[in-house]
Amino acid sequence: MDEYMLIFRHEDGKKIASPEQIQTWMKQTMDWIGSIAAQNKFVAGNGLIFDDAKVVHHNNVVTNGPFGDIKETLGGYLIVKAESIDEAVEFAKGSPVLQGPGNTMEVRRIAKNDDKH
Amino acid sequence: MENQQLIPHLFRTEFAKITAVLCKFFGIEHIETAEDIAGETFLSALETWTYKGIPPNPAAWLYTVAKNKAKNHIARNKIFRGKIQSQLKNDFTNVETIEIDLSEKNITDSQLQMMFAICHPSIPAEAQIGLALRILCGFGIEEIANAFLSNKETVSKRLSRAKEKLKQENVIIAFPPKQEIYKRLHNVLITLYLLFNEGYYSESKDVVLREDLCQEAMRLTYLLADNEQTNLPPVNALLALMCLQASRFAARKNENGEPVLYYDQDESLWNRELITKGIYYLHKSSTGNTISKYHIEATIAYWHTIKEDSEEKWENILQMYNRLLQLEYSPVAALNRTFALSKVYGKERAIKEAEKLQLTGSQYYYALLGELYTGIDNNRARLNFDNAIHLAKTTADKEVLMKKIDLLNISQ
Repeated sequence: MDEYMLIFRHEDGKKIASPEQIQTWMKQTMDWIGSIAAQNKFVAGNGLIFDDAKVVHHNNVVTNGPFGDIKETLGGYLIVKAESIDEAVEFAKGSPVLQGPGNTMEVRRIAKNDDKH
Repeated sequence: MENQQLIPHLFRTEFAKITAVLCKFFGIEHIETAEDIAGETFLSALETWTYKGIPPNPAAWLYTVAKNKAKNHIARNKIFRGKIQSQLKNDFTNVETIEIDLSEKNITDSQLQMMFAICHPSIPAEAQIGLALRILCGFGIEEIANAFLSNKETVSKRLSRAKEKLKQENVIIAFPPKQEIYKRLHNVLITLYLLFNEGYYSESKDVVLREDLCQEAMRLTYLLADNEQTNLPPVNALLALMCLQASRFAARKNENGEPVLYYDQDESLWNRELITKGIYYLHKSSTGNTISKYHIEATIAYWHTIKEDSEEKWENILQMYNRLLQLEYSPVAALNRTFALSKVYGKERAIKEAEKLQLTGSQYYYALLGELYTGIDNNRARLNFDNAIHLAKTTADKEVLMKKIDLLNISQ
């Protein structure tokens, strides 16, 4: 069984939704992760804070946030165990992030020691 | 008559106290000597008390006899004296000056330190529980065998192996250094948690013994909570969990010893005092910024002390199971989460999630599916209950499941 990272790309919730709406998303996210954990397929996960985000460029140039032309950006990740990329994709399909039309879930297998990357 | 009731209880508590103090005094390599002296003390008590009656202060009587026996042992046994002397640097040339401290404080300290010694990371978990029962709780080999549904020979062997291991590793009976307490406490709490569960979920028919196991686990956890160095959030959380679970002890079995399901339990049998205590320790545990599995399980147990169903109750239980499973997967937690999910989102959604679990070796998996299909598809419910009966180990469990099938038939 391999480990896969499910990468969430979405808008900053605080900019587009009410605290109540965010609360609902949080609960949905917890239920989604709980469902994966109940199958003993959960490894780790974290949300990423949008505020104060910085990008460090070539020559150490620092800019505010990764928020350029695209509104949707990295908002969190989940690491799961899965038999195949298809199984990992099935997990990703359940994510409440996908309720937003521009949002995506990227699914990537995590490199092991002997993988070239 | 009075004698026969008093002695077994006194034996356990005082045996454990005397053993801990003597073992701390002699060092872990003389653990058997400590046990023997404690055992002989009780033989003397049985002989004397049978004729002369129980003294006004039985514990004090036992301590005096134990002290004398320990001193005699040191005096009689030159080799032993030499060994002990070189280790402790005590002057044993005059046996009369040896002070064995059986004060309440030293008893508590010795037992706490003994707890850390027994729960040393080098000792296998199974052996730790056995040792805890013997050395910290004073249970006899036969009682331990009953609790584990095992036999005396197996338990004896397991205990001697564990004691050998304690000696090999030269485990010191002392408080771990301050910076190590949290780490070492982790192991102690696991053992106490398992000890409690052994009593709470044991299939042993001996109800008194099972309750004793739970009470002993609680007593030891209280010792930790009462001590300044170990009065830490996970200790209070574990104590809260134990109090809240134990509050339903009397309601969980009927007079024939058959299990009574949560929804069928007589609430008036729930122990309100333990519930209040549990809530108190749960509040006390909510400091610091780490949430242990005991915090989560205690919170779930708290919501179960409110029998009436509400959206809030099941929402909270579901979220707690979501977190618990991220912290530590277990099939039981996965099944309970799915039950909570059915309470929040309905049976159809829960069936889909349940079928993903594929815990096909477990009677509880099929019992849950049976429960979820009841009223949705009664034929499937029956099939699942049948599977559960097939896997169930005890007659009591089979009967509960058969009643469920009967109810399906009536409703058709």
